[in-house]
Amino acid sequence: MKVRFDTEDLQQTKWYEYCLRFFFGGTVTALTGVIARKFGPGIGGLFLAFPAIFPAAASLMEKEQKEKKAKAGLDGSVRGREVAANDAAGTAMGTVGLMVFAILVWLLIDRYPAWIVLLGSTVAWFVAAASTWYAQLKLR
Amino acid sequence: MTELLLRFLIGGSVVTSFAALGSSLKPRRFAGLFGAAPSVALATLSMTIVKNGRQYAGVESRSMIAGAIAFFLYASCVCWILLRFKFSTLVVTASAMTVWFGVALGLWFVVLK
Repeated sequence: MKVRFDTEDLQQTKWYEYCLRFFFGGTVTALTGVIARKFGPGIGGLFLAFPAIFPAAASLMEKEQKEKKAKAGLDGSVRGREVAANDAAGTAMGTVGLMVFAILVWLLIDRYPAWIVLLGSTVAWFVAAASTWYAQLKLR
Repeated sequence: MTELLLRFLIGGSVVTSFAALGSSLKPRRFAGLFGAAPSVALATLSMTIVKNGRQYAGVESRSMIAGAIAFFLYASCVCWILLRFKFSTLVVTASAMTVWFGVALGLWFVVLK
């Protein structure tokens, strides 16, 4: 199964879906600052890995599949849930990378320039997440 | 207020960018990785480092590990329930937030406090 760029989904994404992601992402980022200020960085830091946009994104995916099937005169409920579940599985694998990101930033942020640590940790996120995806592919 | 607005704008931009990148990838399960991209973390930590310093950001990152473990269990629960029951995705993803909160706060209380 080859990973590839396919802009079809990107082109079909409606403007309000981008707005939703922008709103939820911006709100969680702003709220994290408020929570950290009120309860300290220990609690605030938890929300750096809060699944803020996942419910909206997964629900939109289910809705798109239902609409696609409905156009063909079929019931897309099962397919919609399957697509959302598939996305959730991918996200679960992505969180492995998120753990790696967090560990690296925690261990290295005091020792090296911040931009190098954040950039390197982001690369490490991708490598860890993609490796987890590849491993589950081979094990299936 | 200015800081909050800046956080909102930067956070929203970074999250949307990662989401757009994820949308342009196939297969779908691989694209799902971007649902757990460190977009909020990058936006927040960048601003935190400027405002509060690197040590503060380090403490937040340590807690983020617990949040990421909770996120893993949350996403796994959502996947499991969606494949076995007929609840709508919105109901499942919203209800499963209790898993994230329980695990994240529990880990913080037991391990990190």
